Amino acid sequence: MTFLPLLRSVFRREMQLAYRRRSDLANPLLFFLIVVVLFPLGVTPDMSKLAEMAPGVLWVGALLANLLSLDLLFRSDYEDGSLEQMLLAAVPPTLLVLCKVSAHWLVTGLPLTLLAPLLSVMLGLPGSAIPLLMVSLALGTLCLSLIGSIGAALTVGLRKGGLLLTLLIMPLFVPVIIFGTGAVQAQVAGLPWLAQLAMLAAMTTGSLALAPLLTVAALRIAVGD
Amino acid sequence: MGAFDSFAAFLAMGDHGVYVWSSYAVGAGVIAFNMISPRLHRHRLISDHKRRMRREQR
Amino acid sequence: MWQAFVRWFHKWSSPKWFYTMSQPWSFWLGWAATLIIAVALIWGLMFAPVERLQGNSYRIIFLHVPSAFLSQAIYAAIAVLGLVGLVWKMKLAFFVAKQCIPVGASMALLALITGAIWGKPTWGTWWEWDARLTSMLVLLLLYLGLWALHNAMERPESGDRASAILALVGVVNLPIIKFSVEWWNTLHQPATLKFTEAPPMHVSMLIPFLMAIVGFYLASMAWVLMRTRLEILQRERKSRWVEEELNRFAEGQ
Repeated sequence: MTFLPLLRSVFRREMQLAYRRRSDLANPLLFFLIVVVLFPLGVTPDMSKLAEMAPGVLWVGALLANLLSLDLLFRSDYEDGSLEQMLLAAVPPTLLVLCKVSAHWLVTGLPLTLLAPLLSVMLGLPGSAIPLLMVSLALGTLCLSLIGSIGAALTVGLRKGGLLLTLLIMPLFVPVIIFGTGAVQAQVAGLPWLAQLAMLAAMTTGSLALAPLLTVAALRIAVGD
Repeated sequence: MGAFDSFAAFLAMGDHGVYVWSSYAVGAGVIAFNMISPRLHRHRLISDHKRRMRREQR
Repeated sequence: MWQAFVRWFHKWSSPKWFYTMSQPWSFWLGWAATLIIAVALIWGLMFAPVERLQGNSYRIIFLHVPSAFLSQAIYAAIAVLGLVGLVWKMKLAFFVAKQCIPVGASMALLALITGAIWGKPTWGTWWEWDARLTSMLVLLLLYLGLWALHNAMERPESGDRASAILALVGVVNLPIIKFSVEWWNTLHQPATLKFTEAPPMHVSMLIPFLMAIVGFYLASMAWVLMRTRLEILQRERKSRWVEEELNRFAEGQ
């Protein structure tokens, strides 16, 4: 496989670009924090009531934060023409897309997952649920980056792309939220949670295999426009 | 030793040692950040300046 | 008299004057702060007596209260400096305001973390949505917003002005925020044990407590001063006197 060096350099480029815009990387994390602060303010400071909502609030917060950065996934490449080059390259574009999406997850989804335990304490989530929360969020944010890349590709050329992107992706995402939060809530209640987690993992794996193909198709439309 | 019977008692802080000492550790960290961060900024200023001087001399 | 005041006031529009004038201040403030904080914390940790209700965990107060006070004082300072900068177009005010942000934010963070850690032995949980902690969290978010705004702007001058406006909005909002958070808190929770009402302090606790507050004030001033002097060098780097100063630094290395 002679693609590996090329993929490595694409990956490194993504990470370097992300590093240059370091302060932008904090935005999803801050957004996550703000969501977690707003919920109690809008509902109740009572920890026991908050604990019931905690898995859902944390999941929704992390996903909304992740969504914010998705719009930019292909935008700068589209604007300076490197997107076209990527589609014309010798490497199958699906691998390149996978490369970009995994880099995106590393600088967005993963930090959100790592921040979640701290925020879960503020919402009264029992400590025993934290590992499962983190696993479910890691899978969920990866799934979102993958499914989101399809939406980002569909809307990359559009001006109001960001709003449309949200509208397109969120319905696709409903099962992921349901099973992700379902797993954590089940564990908190002492019920079996493995089935929900398995569904989540299956959806993530499925999107890992299929999303890049659809993303490339969408990118070809955008570039061909 | 002041309000404590022994050094061991001082460290234990009557069961609350973890809390007191971790708070003071965070405090030390914040103080360290505020002292080190300007030094790093200063270092960066000087190296930027040196780089500019080198470029102008060519 | 008024003329003398106006003349003195206008001196502050020269970053160079400030840079030269502030060097001894930087030195003395720094050492005074170090001394006072060291004495205050050692006294508070080792020599202050054990508290009746809370045992030894109350010793966190020597960090928690000073940092809480300071985070609020610094935010007010940022707003005032922003106003001075906008009204009198004083660059220096903006430089100081910008460098107050990291110091103030670190104080807010310290207050928040020490408050949470103190909460564990006192309330039984690491976090509690009580009025004080929640307001402090919102304050931290305000600080982070100011910093993010500075970073987002293309030119530092735009960052100065935008942050100044944001800080002014924030400072007007801050009392409203605190009031509403208190109302929210009392609405949902009947008066639980609020240790935020400071227990009457024995003088052997009071002295290190006050010393710690003074010490942290001085330390914050010293830190802001250090950072502001560097900010001046950064922003005025095109001018001759800064070049000479930087050359002197470079040779000294």
